[in-house]
Amino acid sequence: MSSGAAGQRGVGAEVSGSHRGVPEHGSAHGGHGTETAPYERVFQGERLNRLQQLFTVYPTKQACLLPALWMVQEARGWISEPAIGEVAEVLGLTPAYVKGVVTFYTMYHTHPVGRHFIQVCTTTPCNICGADDVVKALLEQTGCGELGATSPDGRFTVMEVECLGACGFPTPILVGDDFIEDVTPEKVPGILQRYE
Amino acid sequence: MGYPHPLHPKENPVLSKHFGDVEARTFDGWVKRGGYEALRKVLRMTPDAVVEEIKTSGLRGRGGAGFPTGLKWSLMPKADGRPHYLVCNADESEPGTFKDREIMRWTPHQLIEGCAIAAYAIGAERCYIYIRGEFTEPLRIMQQAIDEAIAKGAIGTNVFGSGKRIEMIIHRGAGAYICGEETAMLNSIEGKRGNPRIKPPYPAQAGVFGMPTTINNVETLAAVPHIIMRGGEWYKGLSLSNPKSTGTKLISVCGHIQKPGNYGVTMGTPLKELLYDMCGGMRPGRTLKAVIPGGSSVPIMTAAEAEDCLLDYEGVVAKGSMLGSAGMIVMDDTTDMVYQIWRLARFYAHESCAQCTQCREGTAWSVRILERILAGKGKQEHFQLLLDLSDNMTGKTICVLSDSCAAPIVSGIQKFRHEFEAYIQGAREPAMAGV
Repeated sequence: MSSGAAGQRGVGAEVSGSHRGVPEHGSAHGGHGTETAPYERVFQGERLNRLQQLFTVYPTKQACLLPALWMVQEARGWISEPAIGEVAEVLGLTPAYVKGVVTFYTMYHTHPVGRHFIQVCTTTPCNICGADDVVKALLEQTGCGELGATSPDGRFTVMEVECLGACGFPTPILVGDDFIEDVTPEKVPGILQRYE
Repeated sequence: MGYPHPLHPKENPVLSKHFGDVEARTFDGWVKRGGYEALRKVLRMTPDAVVEEIKTSGLRGRGGAGFPTGLKWSLMPKADGRPHYLVCNADESEPGTFKDREIMRWTPHQLIEGCAIAAYAIGAERCYIYIRGEFTEPLRIMQQAIDEAIAKGAIGTNVFGSGKRIEMIIHRGAGAYICGEETAMLNSIEGKRGNPRIKPPYPAQAGVFGMPTTINNVETLAAVPHIIMRGGEWYKGLSLSNPKSTGTKLISVCGHIQKPGNYGVTMGTPLKELLYDMCGGMRPGRTLKAVIPGGSSVPIMTAAEAEDCLLDYEGVVAKGSMLGSAGMIVMDDTTDMVYQIWRLARFYAHESCAQCTQCREGTAWSVRILERILAGKGKQEHFQLLLDLSDNMTGKTICVLSDSCAAPIVSGIQKFRHEFEAYIQGAREPAMAGV
């Protein structure tokens, strides 16, 4: 539960060594960087058109970085090193710069996560209304066991998140893009059932 | 209405009247409720006249700082040939605050109309609405509403046939509290890490993409159409205490309270009326211990201070805190203040952008010291150490994130010292394992 410098932005400590070598399509084969599948570009066809439309609503290509990263995550579930390289190339930036931005924002995943990414608010207003019990129920019932870990069946990853901005409806959680209010430990099994 | 509860007679729901009303989300539904009349009216006024009307109203920024909105608009350079930008701050991330979310999910056109009027007043053809990444529902509803408003000609390349161009673009955040700080938000729009900028230059001189920019909070902009329709004098008259605080304020009430929700109240309403009448008071058998009145970044008030407080900018300052964003966290006698202050410090440590030393180190070390106290390993020296750290975190950094971390720590030690002492002297069981 401890915070401190290692948990802060800018240190990039979340990208642990074991994740760095996981190829985008290779992880299902149990390979740790040994069976690297060829990288398939994110920005082609319809997504490339969408990116080019973005160029018209911002005066610089650099400003398209956050939306472009969202498109990568939407397509692939996370943002890999080769994807960082591709984004850098299409926006005329360096991979190091793009990586610096990716690691600043907590919602961009720098390694693969479960099919359903669950974020539970545990900041003060939710904390005093029992958010820790919701976290406990989620960790137990998803099989994740601990925060940040993915369940053995690959279905879920559970993370704590700082203030979701729905403090009057404790405890709010996000399952993927679904924002769910008033979650209690009792409601957890019913909620999880909805996600395969 | 005190959404999600029925309207209480003591409320003044200028902005929240249509919360919970699905039809109000649509363009036609909004027009039926008087929507877009203010924008049509503004198109017949000069931009200067619009700014004057807002100045008359006394409207102040609802995001936390309380800067006079009309004055902010008037600081924009006039027809200098450069593009001007409006940025709507919808990054609502301040613990305890959840009012902007309700404005966007129930009355998106209220915000769009406010943005369009503000853009007209400051000479901006483009408005970026920065919505935090976690707000999936407001993001979807706002995008639908913008698309609909464009289709109906209310915004876009020819606003209601006037020849005016006002474009609105939603920029989705990606998880960073600090991007609610206005200059960090500008960096984030530019595709950078959300590090706050040193001021000056102020955004009105060099804002997003180096161009003159005005940044306003969602609630501030949502109030604008009402002021235009009913007049600055009307808004100015909505004040029960100090004439410097005018209009109505949405107060988000959460924590240990019977009816948490968003309550629209006239400035100067007694906090006690809000808590005990509108919100139904404490849970059965419980008493009030503390209130954090303005989002987590302001000093904690004791029950006595809170019950004697008037809800406006000056009234809350008089009781040693700040109105801030008016995200009110209510804590009853079951609350472990040391633990909750630690939890707040942990929030700020996590959200520090880490560019200023005082903040990067100060927030992280505050967390560790509080953890030692909670683990039963605290010492008397820790009081002074925490206060020294807090002193170094106050007024010495680029933005006020570390000041915000210091506020609950310093006020917590001042007002609830006995709870810290209980841990240090072993009178209370440790709340966490040793560190």
